[in-house]
Amino acid sequence: MRGDALLSARNLQVRFGGVLAVNGVGFDVRPGEVFTLIGPNGAGKTTVFNLISRIYTPTAGTLQYDGQDLLAVAPHRIAGMGIARTFQNIELFEHATVLQNLLIGRHIHRRSSVWSEMVFAPAVRQAERDTRAKVEEVIDFLDLQHFRDTMVAGLPYGVRKVVELARALATGPKLLLLDEPSSGLNVEETGDMAFWIRDIVDDLGITVLMVEHDMSLVSRVSDRVLAMNQGEVLALGTPAEVQSHPGVVEAYLGTADDVSSLRRPS
Amino acid sequence: MRFILKTSYDQDIRLAQHGGHVFWYAVLLLALLTAPWWMGEYGLAQLTFILIYGTVGLGLMLLSGYTGLFSLGHAAFLGVGAYTQGLLASQGWPFPASLALAAGLSAAVGVVVGLPALRVKGVYLGIATMAFGFIAEEVFARWESVTGGNAGLSVAQVQMFGWTADGSTPFYFVCLVVTVLCTLVVVNLLRSPTGRAFVAIRDSEISAQSMGIHLARYKTLSFATSAALAGIGGALYAHQIRFLSPEQFNIIQSIDLLLMVVIGGLGSVHGAFLGAIFLIGLPQAIAAVKDWLPDAIGQAPGLKAVVYGAVLIAFVLFEPLGLYGRWLKVRTWFQMFPFYRKGMFKRQKAFTRSDRLR
Repeated sequence: MRGDALLSARNLQVRFGGVLAVNGVGFDVRPGEVFTLIGPNGAGKTTVFNLISRIYTPTAGTLQYDGQDLLAVAPHRIAGMGIARTFQNIELFEHATVLQNLLIGRHIHRRSSVWSEMVFAPAVRQAERDTRAKVEEVIDFLDLQHFRDTMVAGLPYGVRKVVELARALATGPKLLLLDEPSSGLNVEETGDMAFWIRDIVDDLGITVLMVEHDMSLVSRVSDRVLAMNQGEVLALGTPAEVQSHPGVVEAYLGTADDVSSLRRPS
Repeated sequence: MRFILKTSYDQDIRLAQHGGHVFWYAVLLLALLTAPWWMGEYGLAQLTFILIYGTVGLGLMLLSGYTGLFSLGHAAFLGVGAYTQGLLASQGWPFPASLALAAGLSAAVGVVVGLPALRVKGVYLGIATMAFGFIAEEVFARWESVTGGNAGLSVAQVQMFGWTADGSTPFYFVCLVVTVLCTLVVVNLLRSPTGRAFVAIRDSEISAQSMGIHLARYKTLSFATSAALAGIGGALYAHQIRFLSPEQFNIIQSIDLLLMVVIGGLGSVHGAFLGAIFLIGLPQAIAAVKDWLPDAIGQAPGLKAVVYGAVLIAFVLFEPLGLYGRWLKVRTWFQMFPFYRKGMFKRQKAFTRSDRLR
């Protein structure tokens, strides 16, 4: 199993003081699939994301990416290993244009030294041209041409979501972490997002690991789904399997006993 | 209104984006090159000060306006540069060598001062840098064998390879060359990956980090570059003033410098120079109108400080983008006439950001 997995987590545990945010979570993400984490609020999905992008360090457990121990890597090296992410509450560079945001996404590919940049040596100029060409590919892919020179601070929410996705793609990742890609989007924008996520996997060959609440989006794009509740794994399987899993139904809707206790005594 | 048809990536990379830039910057450069002949002795001295403060402002702009790190101790870097230059000039070092050493020494001090910046931010960084400013001022005053202490240190004229800048005109050209070179370096940095990394750190550290930007490295780099520019400005300042004493590099000077970049407009290279013009020009303006005011106001001792404070408050309240922001609005008004709308520069409130990750 470990051999063919792009990312494999084993027994992850995160403890914030007395709170066990994630407990004994393990899963394998295979190359070329869309793997989705679902679960009610506070289930620990975003915490798992923050473990993978090394913002948090787990109190126990292992994380392997592409045969390397991810926990031995510094947070700023994660992008260089081919893992890009988006954030639940958009974290774009607000006072920069869309183009600049995407150019920052290419940061890990920079070759020039600070000294050569100070005089803007010909090599720097050429590197800038190449960077721009790469960024334009992403702009074309996600239809962002109209917003190229717009400040992010002036963009509507739906477009920002796409810009953040574009910035993650600009890094040239192998594994893309999407934290609630459809939150705050309307039905049409969610449809576009689903379309793009499939394109990212099928055309660009990027593996996607996402957290998502919108079950219609989840079942449209996911190959496998992992349901979590209160920091623990509830179920793992295809979207249909997980949706009909009794534990998942219970976590979202409550048990029959809970329902009867809510009824007015007759 | 100007429409630019973009047909090549180079159009976004090159410094002058269109013919208008080429023309107006050429006019500006020509005016600066001929200044000694059409400006009086006094005007030229003021212009030299603007260039010097503009250079220091560039450094602070890089740090505060582009990397989002505030420093209330920048006068100390100015001082390190000034004293280094003063000492080396009296030893007979040629100007380029002593200038490089002044910049290098300031940068080294900047790296050390930048260390707390890796851990604290905002107001706390302000306090840390302010404390450094006090320490530096104290060192300038106490280390008498080197700095001359409170008795002061007189500085020789600029000299290199047998040439001496005697008089204000040659020195003005020295300042002009240094300032133009510094500006080019800063502008080049800002249009390359390093400058973009600074902006990324300013706007969102968490996402800068997940884009692969090494926060500690770039914050330190920003501090070092900023301090080096302040040091270069300090070196020029030493030659302009010709006499150094510790109180020139006190907290008031630091606040003046920060005031300069805030009023000029955080996040713009132009802002550094507009702020310098403001900082040098305001005392002149006050002196000019002083006699027209009733004595109770015009001769009041704290008039300058009050005006500075009032102007700063007015800018923070009404024009947070500073003089450069105001200029952008005026320009847009003319470009779009008669279609300018009032709300055009209004920004949407930032969406709630994830505080959990801080």
